[in-house]
Amino acid sequence: MKDKIDRRSFLKVAGMSVGIGVVYQFAPMLVGHAQAGTVTDFFKQVNGESPQSFTFAQFSDPHVGFQGPPDPLGTKAFENAVELLNRMPQRPDFVLFTGDLTHDAESRDVHAQRMQLFKSISGRINTAAIHTVPGENDAALDGGVLYREHFGETHYSFDHKGVHFVALDNVSRGHPEVGTEQIAWMKADLARFPKTAPIVVFTHRPLFDLKPEWEWFTADGDDVMNALAPYENVTVLYGHIHRENVSQQGNAKHYAARSLIFAFNDPATNADKKQMPFNNDQPFEGLGIRLVGDNRAANVEITEVELTTQEFGGLSGIQQINKPNNTLGGSSANETD
Amino acid sequence: MRPTRKIAATIGFVLGAALCAIAVRAANEPTPQVIRINASKFHFEPDHITLHKGQPVTLELTSADATHGFMIRTLKIDTDIKPGKVTDVTVTPATAGNFVAICDHYCGIGHGMMKLKVEVEP
Repeated sequence: MKDKIDRRSFLKVAGMSVGIGVVYQFAPMLVGHAQAGTVTDFFKQVNGESPQSFTFAQFSDPHVGFQGPPDPLGTKAFENAVELLNRMPQRPDFVLFTGDLTHDAESRDVHAQRMQLFKSISGRINTAAIHTVPGENDAALDGGVLYREHFGETHYSFDHKGVHFVALDNVSRGHPEVGTEQIAWMKADLARFPKTAPIVVFTHRPLFDLKPEWEWFTADGDDVMNALAPYENVTVLYGHIHRENVSQQGNAKHYAARSLIFAFNDPATNADKKQMPFNNDQPFEGLGIRLVGDNRAANVEITEVELTTQEFGGLSGIQQINKPNNTLGGSSANETD
Repeated sequence: MRPTRKIAATIGFVLGAALCAIAVRAANEPTPQVIRINASKFHFEPDHITLHKGQPVTLELTSADATHGFMIRTLKIDTDIKPGKVTDVTVTPATAGNFVAICDHYCGIGHGMMKLKVEVEP
């Protein structure tokens, strides 16, 4: 269980590896683009370092505190994902969490305990940094007050090895929106960069109308994307929908991540949103994490990793899972986000 | 008639005709149907309404507890419903069909269950 595994066998264990393709043409752009020198010089000034290849991971929607149908295992998938990532041969530079770190709770104290448990589990990840944005379960009821106490500001930006990352909060106003103030902040934040700069936006809800009647949208998402439109290399990573989705919208490519608690059904073939039922034979079906990194061919690739237990022991399915030890008395709802 | 008087008379005639047209049009416009909808955690009451294509309707939205949302994308309705006040939305459905209104202002653990069926008859 604890021995290191190489990348190839890891992907086999994980059961699925999809090289979706270029996320952003970061390295080729720097070589071939007329403004290549400008971008390189700029990031040297900002970071004191040249653009370099690196990897990071995206985790989403662990809903710490949720327990019951359709997932009776509580934080087990989240904890297994942490263990899986730690066994990767290449340590990710950082991990992004795209919201719903915790499941909402009526009691502020219980919700605070869930945030502490999230920090405890995510703290086991072997990485230099963890960056989070809130989901509506974390921050919509109190305007993000408790979230800020535990995780800091709900929107911010940072540079890493030649890529600019922007964390956007589209949940804490209650209504699914970013708001004019935050959009103005983002415009000012981006104004420093050349149009060719590689930009990764990470947020909770989709920034386009993916399925509005399932609340899979951001009301002012068009305003956000219009502000990003002048930039040629924009990638948006988000969660909320508990399933993979890839969509090209203008210059930007949007990637939804799987959750770490339960999956939702496919909106293309279903009228109503429903949680996928728990599968005793494959408890983590439809759950997973995302790896983003350099594929050594100068492009960046995304690898979707579905959690599975098949290779972890002689038993199969639910028998492999230890009985969860969740002392928080997790809650569930017939339908949640 | 002097030219200035002629111009003034013409303007007066045009304005009068326009006002009459507006008054006639207003008189001919149907009075919107009014439907009251109350939101509370975690449902709408009623949970099913019937509208008619081409006929205006005013939805009087209230909340019994917290701020809720009311969103029907097809009818271009998206508003918050705050407790203690009535939020009016007037719409004339242009398309017949079955739609869903959802609460799109997060209101708690059962938020995702808040739906209202909207039937627009031809």
